[in-house]
Amino acid sequence: MTATAGSIGKADPVRTVKARQPVASRIAERLGGGLVRVVLILVGLFWLVPTIGLLVSSLRAPQDMSASGWWTVFTKPSQLTVDSYQRLLENSDITNSLVNTVLITVPATVLVVVIGALAGYAFAWMEFPGRDWWFLGVVSLLVVPVQVALIPIAELFGKLGLFGTIFGVILFHTGFGLPFAVFLLRNFFAEIPRELLEAARLDGAGELRLFARVVMPLGGPAIASLGIFQFLWVWNDMLVALVFTKSGTQPITVALQTQVRQFGNNIDVLAPGAFISMVIPLAVFFAFQRQFVSGVMAGAVK
Amino acid sequence: MASAAAAGAPPGPAAPRGRKSVTGTRRTVAALFLLPALVLLGALVVYPIGYSLVRSFYNASGDGFAGFDNYKTLFTDDGIRTALKNNVLWVVFAPTVATALGLVFAVLTERVRWGTAFKLVVFMPMAISMLAAGIIFRLVYDQDPDKGVANAVWVGVHDTFAQSSAFPKAHPGRDSPLVAQGGGFVTRTAVHAGRPVALPLVGVAPDQLPDGAAKAAAARPEPGKVTGTTWQDFTRGKGVGRLGAPDPSEVGYAGMRIEAVKDGTVVASTEASGDGTFTLPAAADGAVLRLPASNFREPYDGVDWLGPALVTPSIIGAYVWMWAGFAMVLIAAGLAGVPRELLEAARVDGATEWQVFRKVTVPLLAPVLAVVVVTLMINVLKVFDLVFIIAPGSSQDDANVLALELYRKGFAEGRPGVASAISVFLLLLVIPVMLFNIRRLRREVRR
Repeated sequence: MTATAGSIGKADPVRTVKARQPVASRIAERLGGGLVRVVLILVGLFWLVPTIGLLVSSLRAPQDMSASGWWTVFTKPSQLTVDSYQRLLENSDITNSLVNTVLITVPATVLVVVIGALAGYAFAWMEFPGRDWWFLGVVSLLVVPVQVALIPIAELFGKLGLFGTIFGVILFHTGFGLPFAVFLLRNFFAEIPRELLEAARLDGAGELRLFARVVMPLGGPAIASLGIFQFLWVWNDMLVALVFTKSGTQPITVALQTQVRQFGNNIDVLAPGAFISMVIPLAVFFAFQRQFVSGVMAGAVK
Repeated sequence: MASAAAAGAPPGPAAPRGRKSVTGTRRTVAALFLLPALVLLGALVVYPIGYSLVRSFYNASGDGFAGFDNYKTLFTDDGIRTALKNNVLWVVFAPTVATALGLVFAVLTERVRWGTAFKLVVFMPMAISMLAAGIIFRLVYDQDPDKGVANAVWVGVHDTFAQSSAFPKAHPGRDSPLVAQGGGFVTRTAVHAGRPVALPLVGVAPDQLPDGAAKAAAARPEPGKVTGTTWQDFTRGKGVGRLGAPDPSEVGYAGMRIEAVKDGTVVASTEASGDGTFTLPAAADGAVLRLPASNFREPYDGVDWLGPALVTPSIIGAYVWMWAGFAMVLIAAGLAGVPRELLEAARVDGATEWQVFRKVTVPLLAPVLAVVVVTLMINVLKVFDLVFIIAPGSSQDDANVLALELYRKGFAEGRPGVASAISVFLLLLVIPVMLFNIRRLRREVRR
């Protein structure tokens, strides 16, 4: 297949000049081009409206929310207020859960990258019996749904005293992040030119040094894609945290989820809360578009 | 799948001499490098598969062998059957709609210079959590057209074609000259030219009165014509004021439709002006006046997006919003690899753009499209958060899917045996893809 990774804007149109076209078809083409533009603009707006609705809603007082639609701010901008955000950030449940999200996401990302890179390197450049079979075994785990593990691991964590701990959630995310990490990094490392590794070897580097000084730096692009993908995956997770955390350790997604049952009454918590939880992913998305796209494209199998 | 997954690795020639270790590593070193990954995978991914398989044959408490009982429940339990049915809807519609949109977007964005900006907008929802997307769409689908943008638009369109009425709750007050008939109101007695008629009603909320409504005025008698006033016979704080006559602060029913009816047929009709007065021609002499039902219809309040009937399609809509961008980006990457000469050749041969799309572009993209659809199918099987968040408590049973039912059975209802059977079932559904992945990779891995 030809789907190579790239930034969103990679496929640039090849504009071709058509000589001696009938006038009618040229006019039709003009009109068609205009139509395409109009359609795309409308679709783009359509895609943006839901998010804008959330943003605007988060900036309105609850009594305004129950009285009129968020779109009325465009005629009455005086409704806008950051009160909901202020109250939200004074709510220690929410701020603690934001801290928990960071405490879960960062280690779960680092662990997956490091452990996945170690294994990926071993699968790419070390010799041991059944290497390729082991690798295929790991890759076959790519499609296992997380749901399969919820009950068994809940029981296991209960026995080990990990249930309800942040460490337990980190472990779970690491385990389920690994098949993809190993898969992606092994394939990338395998393309490193042999000469580079041999040169380092001749300089007297051992296996560990080779890994840390040559392989990891060369694997930068793949590691970036993997890191960003895993970071967003864990940051955005709700299900795993819903099962494995308790009140003191829950991340922002679970904290907000508890408010959804009374959706109408809690909109002043939910809208700003959801938006705060989106800020980091969106920042990552805009800053690392290219890596994110290739990560998502590669990781869709999860 | 595998090829989509391989996208992260740079394409390059196979290593010429194979990838033999450059250091002549001992096996113990290799084992040390692999150990953390294999231990975690074994404990967290492989062990649960085995455990679920075994557990699915035991009863709820886990101490008695239950045979295939849990699997029987899978096909008899009402909740699970709804979930299965919905999963079929999901698997059939969500991937195909998302892929079709992705294909259209990918092809269209090639023709405009700012295609990249468009792609960014459509792809953005991929970055946010399903929880956030769920909250976003709870807002979009709010039933109240004054809150939910979907219904606001829907009602707006609906009202453009079917005029809504201005006086939904109006009704006659006490001692009224009007009686209810067929959803509207008629005068008790016939009216006559030169004698002004009063048609008072009450009950319209002040903020719902039409914009053109002005202070009600008593109609002047006109020879040869039937005149009258229709107005809100209610003075705030004073009740009706003078019953049956317009008081200074009372407001006319601007735009109220009035028909003169003789022997069951409408002989004349008009609309009240801003102050509530109206004039009918002489033909109305001796007729009864009717305020037809169209004046009093309840306002249309839109579609019940999250009600039992529509909740699953609505949530699928939210999913498509999130994942169409994914399909678009993968397809655009595939499109970049389609040889331009082929498209040009078709155009030179006189094919229309539609023919080029249908007969050249789509067949060339078929492998990419297949990958996207299959990837999304796997993904759809795992959808949990969107359903959990968007479906309100009242219709969550109707929106149920397997991934949600597994959570409910396992953690809310305390039936881990049945939940395990569901997870085994989910696993069976993804095994074909698993095998496909392995087969593909076996060829690649042996370089």
